[in-house]
Amino acid sequence: MKKGLALFAMACMLGFGASAGAADSIKIGVQGAHSGDLASYGVPSLNAVKLVTEQANAKGGVLGKQVEIVAQDDQCKPEMATSAATKLISDQVGVVVGPICSGPTTASLPLFQEAGLIAVSPTATTPGLTETGKNPLFFRTVANDNAQAKLTSDFMLNKLKVKKIAYLHDNGDYGKGFADNNRALMEKGGAETVLFEAVTPDAVDFSAVVRKLRRAKPDIVVFGGYQPVASKLVQQMRRDRLDTPFIGPDGVKDETFLKMTGKDSEGVYASYPKDTSSLAEYKHARDAHVKAYGSEPGFGYYNAYAATQCLLDAIEKTGGTDTAKLKEALRTNAVDTPLGKIRFNDKGDAAGMALSIYQVKDGKFVELDHSVVLE
Amino acid sequence: MAIQFFIELFFGGLTRGSIYALIALGYTLVYGIIELINFAHGEIYMLGAFTALLVAGALGVYGFPAGGILVVAALVAVIWCAAYGFTLEKVAYKPLRGAPRLSPLISAIGMSIFLQNYVLLAQTSDFVPFPRLLPEMEFLEYIDYVMGPSDFLILLVSTLAMVALSLFIRFTRMGKAMRATAQNRKMALLLGINADWIISLTFIIGSALAALGGVLIASHMGQVNFGIGFIAGLKAFTAAVLGGIGSIPGAMVGGLVLGLAESFTTGYFSGNYEDILAFAILILILIFRPDGILGKAKVQKV
Repeated sequence: MKKGLALFAMACMLGFGASAGAADSIKIGVQGAHSGDLASYGVPSLNAVKLVTEQANAKGGVLGKQVEIVAQDDQCKPEMATSAATKLISDQVGVVVGPICSGPTTASLPLFQEAGLIAVSPTATTPGLTETGKNPLFFRTVANDNAQAKLTSDFMLNKLKVKKIAYLHDNGDYGKGFADNNRALMEKGGAETVLFEAVTPDAVDFSAVVRKLRRAKPDIVVFGGYQPVASKLVQQMRRDRLDTPFIGPDGVKDETFLKMTGKDSEGVYASYPKDTSSLAEYKHARDAHVKAYGSEPGFGYYNAYAATQCLLDAIEKTGGTDTAKLKEALRTNAVDTPLGKIRFNDKGDAAGMALSIYQVKDGKFVELDHSVVLE
Repeated sequence: MAIQFFIELFFGGLTRGSIYALIALGYTLVYGIIELINFAHGEIYMLGAFTALLVAGALGVYGFPAGGILVVAALVAVIWCAAYGFTLEKVAYKPLRGAPRLSPLISAIGMSIFLQNYVLLAQTSDFVPFPRLLPEMEFLEYIDYVMGPSDFLILLVSTLAMVALSLFIRFTRMGKAMRATAQNRKMALLLGINADWIISLTFIIGSALAALGGVLIASHMGQVNFGIGFIAGLKAFTAAVLGGIGSIPGAMVGGLVLGLAESFTTGYFSGNYEDILAFAILILILIFRPDGILGKAKVQKV
């Protein structure tokens, strides 16, 4: 039944492809939070799609056709995402940039899949979206959460050469995932696990866990979770004169973390996308935003910029919006973007982007010369 | 080594437990007098931490010594929150004095949500750093694995506060009036005790203690957020029930038992089970002693 529907949808798509020639435009759907609490996560992406398509249209369009944007607001709410996705499908868009948040992405993908639509999310990081293999038409221009552990474990094994590791996490998908992945990779690399433990994020203090850490005598503490818990832990560790190194995922690399922990944060490591601000494409994208909106770009802007570039490039090279051809093109053609020269791997994750280790030095996160290029 | 670890966990549990106990006293005092569970009590604790933060920030600009700032900030927070407690009772509970028991309970939950959102809007949704105001205490140097300056301060201040409260309740006229009102409000009224004033006094004392707890934990953890009152309030409420709600020594014992249980669970088993074991203990104690550790069984009057 599903297959039948998909075929039917494909047929519609092909029919659309043929009629689009007459309509003289290529439609790009943009789904994300364009209003509401989380609008600051979604609006920069919408701006990115607008700017990239404006630039393409100014040069005469793609395949001689103008590119048109169809924006649908899901407010990053899964329950609104399905209707937003349905509208995009009925508007007969050729490809989708989005959704922004992982929850709405999970909710929308089955619909896009059924309609045979390719979706490229600039910001949804939940590993399962690509790793389960259930969404063959889904791509993303952001590092999957699991990728971070590859970098951090490599850094710990080969650079720091630590042997005894303590893992703390906040029991959430993101935090525990980071701790689990690191543990698996570290144990494979011969490091010993001396402690693997969850902390209660809103506990009034962490003294028991810190005492346990001191007793376990690890060479480094691997923390999976976000800034609020990390800053409390680091503060309590340093106050109890436990100066074990501390490493965390990108949820820790945050200005608030520095503000909260002050001097205690000195030396803390975190993984984060490599700084690409020296690339010509990056400067170009930034200047375009400053010129159009008079401000620095916000969250996910460069990722959405890259997503749109990759999609337009694939449409250009395949001569239309045929799903199977686009999918192949996204996987094989590397495109110069603000994030680096990227293409997509078989699972749909971006390849060619790099993650780096950052360390707090003099109250600032400084990029270290240790990075991993995603494949 | 094993004994040292035990001692470390023990004192960690005591520190945490005395904060629970300070907040639990507010629940138990109010329940003892008007049989109301004041769910907005945790927010008073949060307000205490925020008030101290604002005062400390303002004083810090003028370059006062750190220890002095902490004392002044704590005093202002305690007085300010006592006023909050007083107002809270007048606004949210007094008009409902004769209403069915569920009405003030709903009103309490409403006040809790109101206060949280008020701070969220008036201040910020982010975590805010609390300045480090505690002086280094050199005499703690050789036991620093057991407790740091902030642990020491928490234990000292909360012990003093609890002793002072016990003496107040036991030996002063007002304390006697409070006990009388708790035993039988109608009889106390007949004997000329101003029950309204006693109820207000209860809220003032309870809120002052909660604010003190808020200041202590903020200087211990180094950060403050509008949501910290919820879970601390819930834990303290648990402690109050554990010790026997309505009983003042019960709240103290309940707080310490809960703090120690959490600390030992994390230390000897895993942090995953911290809350599970704490609440399992609560359930077990309530099965065998429904009125809590030190609670008195109520005689049903026919």
